[in-house]
Amino acid sequence: MPGCTLKTKARNFETTTLGLLEALDVRVHELPDWYCCGTTYSLASDNLIMHLGPIRTLLKAKEAGRPELLVLCAMCYNTLRRAQALVLADPEKRDKINAFMYDEEVDFQGGEVRVVHLLELLKERVGFEALRDRLVRQAGELKIAPYYGCMLLRPREIAIDPSSEDPSIMEELFGACGVQSVYFPFKTECCGSYQTVNEKPIVVSRARAIAASAVKNGADLIVTSCPLCHFNLDFYQKQIQEATPGFRTIPVLYISQILALLAGQEEANDFSLHAVDPRPVLRERGLLG
Amino acid sequence: MAKNRIGVFVCHCGINIAGVADIEAIKASVAGIPGVAFAKDYQYMCSEPGQDLFREACTSGEVDGIVVASCSPRLHETTFRRTAGEAGFNPYRVEIANIREQCTWVHAGNGEEATRKAVDIIRSVVERARRDEPLTEATIPVTKKALVIGAGISGMMTALGITGAGYPVYLLDREPSIGGHMAQLSETFPTLDCAQCIFTPRMVEVGQNRDIALRTYCEVEEISGYVGNFKVRIRHKAPYVDWSKCTGCGMCTEKCPTKVKSEFNMLLDERKAVYTPFPQAVPNKVIIDREHCLYFQKGRCKACQKTCPLGAIDFEQEDWFEELEVGAIVVATGYDLYGKENIEEYRLGYSEDVVDGITFERLLSASGPTQGKILRPSDGKVPEDIVFIACVGSRDPENHFPYCSRICCMYTAKHAMLYKHRVPQGQAYVFYMDVRSGGKSYEEFVQRAVEEDEVMYIRGRVSRMYRDDGKIVVVGADTLSGATVEVRADMVVLAMAMRPSRGVEEIVRKLKIQTDPNGFLAEAHPKLRPVETLSQGIYITGCAQAPKDVPDTVSQSGAAAAKVIELLSKEQLTREPIVAYVDEDICSGCGQCEGQCTFDAIELVDRRGNPAMGIPARRVAAVNEILCQGCGACVVTCPSGAMSQKNFRMEQVYSMIESFV
Repeated sequence: MPGCTLKTKARNFETTTLGLLEALDVRVHELPDWYCCGTTYSLASDNLIMHLGPIRTLLKAKEAGRPELLVLCAMCYNTLRRAQALVLADPEKRDKINAFMYDEEVDFQGGEVRVVHLLELLKERVGFEALRDRLVRQAGELKIAPYYGCMLLRPREIAIDPSSEDPSIMEELFGACGVQSVYFPFKTECCGSYQTVNEKPIVVSRARAIAASAVKNGADLIVTSCPLCHFNLDFYQKQIQEATPGFRTIPVLYISQILALLAGQEEANDFSLHAVDPRPVLRERGLLG
Repeated sequence: MAKNRIGVFVCHCGINIAGVADIEAIKASVAGIPGVAFAKDYQYMCSEPGQDLFREACTSGEVDGIVVASCSPRLHETTFRRTAGEAGFNPYRVEIANIREQCTWVHAGNGEEATRKAVDIIRSVVERARRDEPLTEATIPVTKKALVIGAGISGMMTALGITGAGYPVYLLDREPSIGGHMAQLSETFPTLDCAQCIFTPRMVEVGQNRDIALRTYCEVEEISGYVGNFKVRIRHKAPYVDWSKCTGCGMCTEKCPTKVKSEFNMLLDERKAVYTPFPQAVPNKVIIDREHCLYFQKGRCKACQKTCPLGAIDFEQEDWFEELEVGAIVVATGYDLYGKENIEEYRLGYSEDVVDGITFERLLSASGPTQGKILRPSDGKVPEDIVFIACVGSRDPENHFPYCSRICCMYTAKHAMLYKHRVPQGQAYVFYMDVRSGGKSYEEFVQRAVEEDEVMYIRGRVSRMYRDDGKIVVVGADTLSGATVEVRADMVVLAMAMRPSRGVEEIVRKLKIQTDPNGFLAEAHPKLRPVETLSQGIYITGCAQAPKDVPDTVSQSGAAAAKVIELLSKEQLTREPIVAYVDEDICSGCGQCEGQCTFDAIELVDRRGNPAMGIPARRVAAVNEILCQGCGACVVTCPSGAMSQKNFRMEQVYSMIESFV
């Protein structure tokens, strides 16, 4: 399931992932009838309508005979996994949601579909070693700051890493591919998320701290898997640079963008979608011709 | 049954019984019950004149059993049974009919009903008494020695207490020296006296005490037996040094070429591969660390052997075993600190300069690796800003442990205070949840840290920390001002939660004692039996039972010693004869009772049978009458009715029920 932003602002995430998975012989099919995940998981106990988006998407996957639902966007991952956990834990709410979807031909019980994030797919299905064997380029001196944000890690019950506080799955992935990760203490710091709509100063201050930490610790790039984190970190840097003397910008890329480059797939990236242009540093490090 | 004549005494208990029920009516009805020889009454059966009446009946020869209708057996059953015993009457043929708590107290408003019910109760107990057997108490001898497992402050003080009454003690520790964690401490709260000054004299006293046999560098292998008669098999771990020759002169240590991080100094400095853990070690003997010794690892060196003037080094030495016989066992296995690596949200800040409380104690200690100068481990600089975090892992039921470790508030105040004494220009910050300073002079001590030593107390948790330009950025909340606080610290000290000492589960398993949900040893009763376990003859003390400070540990050790002395002072122990027994003809050897028994008193044994008589060999349950506590769990579990309890036999219980219907 691609999710909405993957068709618009986060196109790079989708195109590079699809290219990469093809090279890895992983066949994926876009779910024909996917819904918006709702983008946030409602914590209100009686706001079941908010869970209809993710549950209906899971139901569609079940209907399509797809036991595994691959998601790229961290927001989608979070919402789908949590909505699924809710119906698994609470039969009463599950029945209510199913009753509301009376026009659907099947019910969703909770356990029929497994939501898999790209990182999990690469780790468990492909294997980091096998992935490395498909790469054609050396990362050389490239140093990345792996940025997890919140959505892949919290709440702990749905985290893709055993540690929500000090995760390491991205470091393991890139380490296996010969890319060095820097010490990055802000790797799970919140980017400000949807405050970008109404409280911009919060997001600006978070983006400044996160980008500055990555730069200070010697990173060339920030790598993420969340379109909203990507937007918040990438988009505001120009503004921050104008307001803050001495602030150095740092490009922000999706996991798959780097991996696709290492696999030699240059065309999949549309660098015009970046506010901070990654091309100079990618050329400098030999990832881009 | 004809010979079983029962005498009945009805007690008035002042107005407690007589004020509600009609004593004369009870007597009249009871006298008519078959088998009752007489029914008498008195105002207070427990009083001296009442006891005289009772004694008279015991010696008269008129009766085979006596029923006293009075208060709960929990109050005076022992009184009457003792009197009977003294009068030469079998105590187990005396029964109590409870007509107070279970009758007149609950039916105070209805005298008639109470009278009728009292008669019913007495009738049923008479039925039981008629079928009672005269039981005799088993006696067991007491080995007048004790074993104390763990030789920290709690084990040492317990051993000194027991030997003070003249009973010998084996004092066992897995480490080569006694002393435990207290030997690592610098100053102690709330008086700031130096731990070495108050503690090493005690260590010497233990070492020189003729009644204390040190068993250091030993492990408990196996424990069998029961109260008064334990057999303990211990393993002497080979130190590769003949301790009977070693004088601790230290020449071997000097010559040894291999340096290893010192565990005693919390890896802050180094020791040799042949070493004593610390200079004041008792016994002052060296051991060879096989993991790091060049000879053991690479087959060459032997510098220590060449140097030793006494020929004490013995590379061929192997572990050996010893059997100890003791009457009582005290478990004083202490604590360990929870590892800082378990705190995920702090991990990104970790460096050598983020230390736990004991490591900081070593930095503060005059005999420590820095001679008491506070120098941060990474570069030896004096920390200008230092953060202390309380409750790390404690009081955190979701992530770590629900309990309070009890000593951290105090030692954190002490740490901050000592830091300020030695680095007056520095700034000490304490992040706390709330300060728990209950204890004599404790609150005053904390106030002194705040007011005189200007330690900055910040009420709030630290959410994360990270390294930045050689500093540790500590991010926390100040919940009093509502602000987020960031401190750029040179050093961080974590008051880690206290955990039961590693490996204590093994001891627990071997001793068959209980633990609480957090793994600390469980006391028999949280208030009234704080140093006993549910297994008789096994006692607990110190931090093995729960986190506690030195004064509390010493008090508790005194209590444990007193309990051991109480036991060892007896020539022999008598055991209640009301225990379970097996009818082997019925027992099928299914073993369900064995699984039910908390006291390990049941085992399955093989009976050879007699083929000539057509009796096949079989397996049956057997009850150890010494270990059995008479709880009855096996009796109700037994599917075939083979298991019974003496004087609670099925026949007796049914006769009681029948008397009602």
